[in-house]
Amino acid sequence: MQNAQKKNTVAKPLQSIEEVDAGLSATGYIASRPISTAIYLAHHLQKPILVEGPAGVGKTELAKSVAAWLKLPLIRMQCYEGLDESKALYEWKYGKQLLYTQILKDKVGSVIGESDNLAVALDKLHAFGDIFFSRNFLEPRPLLRALEQPGGAVLLIDEIDKSDQEFEAFLLEILSDYQVTVPEIGTVTAQVPPIVLLTSNSTRDLGDALKRRCLHLHIGFPDEKLEARIIASRVPGIDARLLKQLVSFVQQLRALDLKKLPSVSETIDWAKVMVLLHTSVLEVAIVRDTLNVLLKFEADIEAADKQLAGLTHKAQREAGIV
Amino acid sequence: MSDGAGITTPRAAASEPLRRFLQVARGAGLRVSAAEGIDAARALDVIGYADCAVLKDTLGLVLAKTPDEKALYSEAFDLYFKHEAFSGKEAPDDAAASEAGAQQQGNGSSLSELLTEDDRAGLATAMEVAGRDSGIENIRFFTQKNLYARRILVRMGLREVENEVEALRKGETQPGMERAAFLESRVARLRDAVRDFVERNMLLFARGENEQFREDLLKSARLSNIDRRDIERMRVLVRQMAKKLAARYAKTRRRRLRGHLDIRRTLRKNMGWGGIPFVTVWKQKRIEKPRVMVLCDVSGSVAAMSHFLLMFLYALNEALSDIRAFAYSGSLIEVSEILEKEPVEQAIEKIMGTIGFGSSNYGNAFADFEEGWMQFITSKTTVIILGDARGNHNDPRTDILTRLAQRSRRIIWLNPEYRTMWGTGDSDMHRYAPFCNLLTECSTLRQLERAVGDMLEAAS
Repeated sequence: MQNAQKKNTVAKPLQSIEEVDAGLSATGYIASRPISTAIYLAHHLQKPILVEGPAGVGKTELAKSVAAWLKLPLIRMQCYEGLDESKALYEWKYGKQLLYTQILKDKVGSVIGESDNLAVALDKLHAFGDIFFSRNFLEPRPLLRALEQPGGAVLLIDEIDKSDQEFEAFLLEILSDYQVTVPEIGTVTAQVPPIVLLTSNSTRDLGDALKRRCLHLHIGFPDEKLEARIIASRVPGIDARLLKQLVSFVQQLRALDLKKLPSVSETIDWAKVMVLLHTSVLEVAIVRDTLNVLLKFEADIEAADKQLAGLTHKAQREAGIV
Repeated sequence: MSDGAGITTPRAAASEPLRRFLQVARGAGLRVSAAEGIDAARALDVIGYADCAVLKDTLGLVLAKTPDEKALYSEAFDLYFKHEAFSGKEAPDDAAASEAGAQQQGNGSSLSELLTEDDRAGLATAMEVAGRDSGIENIRFFTQKNLYARRILVRMGLREVENEVEALRKGETQPGMERAAFLESRVARLRDAVRDFVERNMLLFARGENEQFREDLLKSARLSNIDRRDIERMRVLVRQMAKKLAARYAKTRRRRLRGHLDIRRTLRKNMGWGGIPFVTVWKQKRIEKPRVMVLCDVSGSVAAMSHFLLMFLYALNEALSDIRAFAYSGSLIEVSEILEKEPVEQAIEKIMGTIGFGSSNYGNAFADFEEGWMQFITSKTTVIILGDARGNHNDPRTDILTRLAQRSRRIIWLNPEYRTMWGTGDSDMHRYAPFCNLLTECSTLRQLERAVGDMLEAAS
């Protein structure tokens, strides 16, 4: 039943891994093969993906691209220490409840009517059921919203490693069965299971129980070819020779012993800067001036500064300029 | 293909190559649970065996869950499937491969024929089948190599070939002798191939366990007896242990103080009910990470122990808020700075060079400490003293330790000597003992882990 329904809605674009690849690149996300495989499997096995990797390699971007490609709503939940159920799942609209009780105060008399004893009055009230704890007074938070989307959704649980361990345990029910239990209402099951992506920067080890329920995708720094494709797609109109130099330079930079290695997002920013500055050849002077786009620590900039001449020369040579 | 996504009916029947690969993966040190095995089988239903690269990605996504595991997995996958491909098929679909092999063997292409024709694919298949039949996946130790090689050869029909050779020799005809010599040379080649095959399988199936065995051994060996060649391995082990402890204790945790109402947060929480406190919020107590001052004896025999303790503590620094390290033998100096600037291994050598290997004088060292650093001890400081308490009959200065105990939160004394040795000869251990909150023998990595774990436990 669930399967049949799903096929009608989102199954169509997910027929093969190549299709995932093409679909993602149409939205501007150049995926390596493991990434496309992961998305493909996540859909077919209905399992969440846990994406790990250094900051700025496109973990969050992946979720956005998948949503854009499948034309599904992206529901994002940013995790932080102290995140709890009422922020993640649902909350009662206390204000509304209070307001309604105030408004209805005068009407109570007419509802209860002329009952002369308490039991009869209570019975009459019971007949109304839990009106104040019904769906109308429920404020759905990201997790519940993701389950309630009629056509499916992409649920991004960002930086799960920042949340507490208790919250991780709380996620397990949603991740394995795509359902949550709200005590006053009952269990809410997803009509169409959302595609769930969890991202983590590995600041702490996640629990085995969580890992076991997920596909584990590790996105590292891309190799030269892939990075060039990513930049070309993200910075359209960039000169091919400049692109080659940029990528070669950044790849070399990653081989140095730095505190924080430049990531793909930094390369993209840098490429944009270079395009803005109308650069066509990477010169030492201009690299030195713009190095703070790539490197975010003073010590790193100092360390790289000493080797700039060598690095830029090699980058130029690889692009066939010198 | 879409049927493979049947969610409610996981297919437990993992195909034969997958089952064997899971075993290989476990052997390589991956922790693959049964549930993950089922997931892998389901994933393979969806993906199929057609493309080796996709197969590798897929199993990697399902089975390996940390970067370390990914590396191990990749290695195991290459080793296993290269080895499968060697048998002439790319990742055989299921048990069909072994059946086909058996048939081929059964069909009468005997070993001597295979050898004569130099049918490499046929030989490889026969070897694979014989390997499976003789339970090669149970191989554990390198001493078993010859045993398994022999079993495989016998299963492949070596005896018949040997008989044939013997018969030919007895015939004493010229062509017969030539054929015998020819067969013998081929058999020799086959022997080498089989030995190779067994070795590869041992690498596949036993490596992880052998590593494990070795690590267990090292963890419970006395640190002063550790061989130089094992030091590198020990470093890795120490880092692993520290990481495990750090992961458990790194977060500042809070504990609820029951009975103390947090009025501000209670009001905030219950604003929805017009301030009527339906839900109460209690005050919480933050649990502080321990501040540690560690005094390491670097004289003679205790030096090895100090080395590892310092490595441990510095690997652990996520879980500690502040470490200050001191080294002493005859006198005491602070070494935090050296340890912070240089990698622990080099720093320790440097420290040993400056002050190590002298004859120890505990009284003197304590006096130095009181003079320079006693003022920094607060009620939150944990003091760890590592030493054998052998002061060469100098004044033990227990009075300083008394004051230290009063000022600090806890004193932990780790003694690398056997407990039975305490108090004998020039050991002042029993004089110091009353001032220590925790006094424990600590001579192996495992004891060290426990002692540091206890320290973190007590802090929370």
